[in-house]
Amino acid sequence: MKNFSGKVLFLDRSDINTDEIIPAKYLTEITKESLKPYLLEDLKLDGFESLRDVEGKTVVITRANFGCGSSREHAPWAFEVNGINLIIGESFARIFRQNMFNCGMMAIELSVRDIDRLFKIFADRETFLEADLEKNLLVIKAEGVEEKISFSISEFDRALVEAGGWVAYADSHY
Amino acid sequence: MGKTVAEKIFDSHLVDNPSGDINVIRLDAVFCHEITTPVAINDLVVRDKDRVFDASKIKVVIDHVTPAKDSKTAAQGKILREWSRRNHIQDFFDIGRNGVCHAIFPEKGFVRPGYTIIMGDSHTCTHGAFGAFAAGVGTTDLEVGILKGVCAFHYPHTIKIVLNGHMPEGVYAKDVILSVIGRLGVSGATNKVIEFTGSVVDALSMEGRMTLCNMAIEAGGTCGICYPDMTTVAYLWKFIKDEYSDKKAALEDFEKFLPDSDAKYDEVIDFDVSDLEPQVTFGYKPDNVKPVSEMKGIKIDQVYIGSCTNGRIEDLRVAAQVLKGNKISDSIRGIVSPATPEIFSRAMDEGLLKIFMDAGFCLTNPTCGACLGMSNGVLAEGEVCASTTNRNFNGRMGKGGMVHLMSPATAAASAIAGYITNSDRYKSAKRK
Ligand code: SF4
Repeated sequence: MKNFSGKVLFLDRSDINTDEIIPAKYLTEITKESLKPYLLEDLKLDGFESLRDVEGKTVVITRANFGCGSSREHAPWAFEVNGINLIIGESFARIFRQNMFNCGMMAIELSVRDIDRLFKIFADRETFLEADLEKNLLVIKAEGVEEKISFSISEFDRALVEAGGWVAYADSHY
Repeated sequence: MGKTVAEKIFDSHLVDNPSGDINVIRLDAVFCHEITTPVAINDLVVRDKDRVFDASKIKVVIDHVTPAKDSKTAAQGKILREWSRRNHIQDFFDIGRNGVCHAIFPEKGFVRPGYTIIMGDSHTCTHGAFGAFAAGVGTTDLEVGILKGVCAFHYPHTIKIVLNGHMPEGVYAKDVILSVIGRLGVSGATNKVIEFTGSVVDALSMEGRMTLCNMAIEAGGTCGICYPDMTTVAYLWKFIKDEYSDKKAALEDFEKFLPDSDAKYDEVIDFDVSDLEPQVTFGYKPDNVKPVSEMKGIKIDQVYIGSCTNGRIEDLRVAAQVLKGNKISDSIRGIVSPATPEIFSRAMDEGLLKIFMDAGFCLTNPTCGACLGMSNGVLAEGEVCASTTNRNFNGRMGKGGMVHLMSPATAAASAIAGYITNSDRYKSAKRK
């Protein structure tokens, strides 16, 4: 199973699309590793610089409809090769969300209120998140504050995460 | 309880129900192109599973960057070519016979009502125009599809959009779908299938229906679906004539995939198109839509007519009708890419290509081309393109470029004017 705990990157916008996550011109790459420097290259957010801000992060917290647009699995791969295996948001585009779990990664949905609260408390601080898959619990910490939020994950998605992805799962089931 | 089209298709293809509403369904076709398939192929090779579930159900095309533009795209083509050969995939379309995936696969008769289809391409929803369930997936789903012939989905929820009224002159399927997306929003149909019905859809050709369904994904939809009818049968007839005694028998067979009258929908939206004006997008999201009349005068640098949305023969006819006898503005670079060789050759026979060239358009081979800024027609920083494609994301056609989506008629008129404008002024000028 992949690692889901570590430093958090906050992306404060809805509808961040796959072209912003990994621009089409890099789709000619045929190894996942080569996508590493280009993650979020075209994302324009106040004060955000992709190379500087992605470094060392493990978790992304964002808003609604994350990963809309193209079906390119290059989007989750670009996160994966940067060590980011968990994305938390209000909602996800269908294909992106499926691609995450298919790769044994996680896309977790929280309520608008919870996401709002996390942005308010943590967005400006160095934040660390621990995902406990046994207790379905996220523990989010920054200096002097700690929040606990439970999350839900379907049985099937959990099976994909535990199997390490859909290829391994499908191969043993069908 | 009654069922929707997608529910009927799922129930007839169910393989497994691993948990909750997850349905693993059997696939009738797996489509592949050179951008998203090579990584799946390489992974299958690494896993020592370089096989396909059924070579006759896998259809392959090189379309995004063709001819190859550099060593990397050449390598992608090579991987696909060699894989198709060693796995005995007959339906592989290489340069000279290739065209944009969502135009060429229907044209070759690879889609049927009631089919389940996946492809590593978000606009796979196009094929729902035939009454099929067709969904874009990522590379891992594609890989499992290739290997096992199955894919997992949530049991489908459906929104029904009823399009009635009389289509005004100068208004096309593209204007309808843009305004639908404007209403639904970019995530209004996420995780849902959209059924398009009503007298407007009944009157549309298969080409027009494909334009509608093509953009379902821009509202987040898994698939757009039109009901199979005589138009569907007529389009498919040359491929199915040996299977049925006559067209009526084919229709009767396809009608088993019509929704039940008591089918349950998440939402039913009635939409009268009678007052609809030609539509255009502004900004970087496909739901940022306005009537052309409100965007008139916006300067453009390039016009692109092509793609899986609007690169079909009808689209070229409409654009050529506007362009005929006119020259495009000196400040405009016009590019037209007929979506398949068959469309190209029909456009040649009908004299359409000559009209485009006389007007000052550059004509390319069938390819995705400028649509995704990967091969030709890339925009420079700060440039603006009037485009018949389906996506206006920031950077889509080149970093720092702006894309305005519109119908072929509006794109052609804007090419002549040098700025965004409605097609009537050229048509009415000709009528005088
Ligand atoms: S024409 Fe554009 S949208 Fe259609 S398949 Fe090609 S790249 Fe994708």
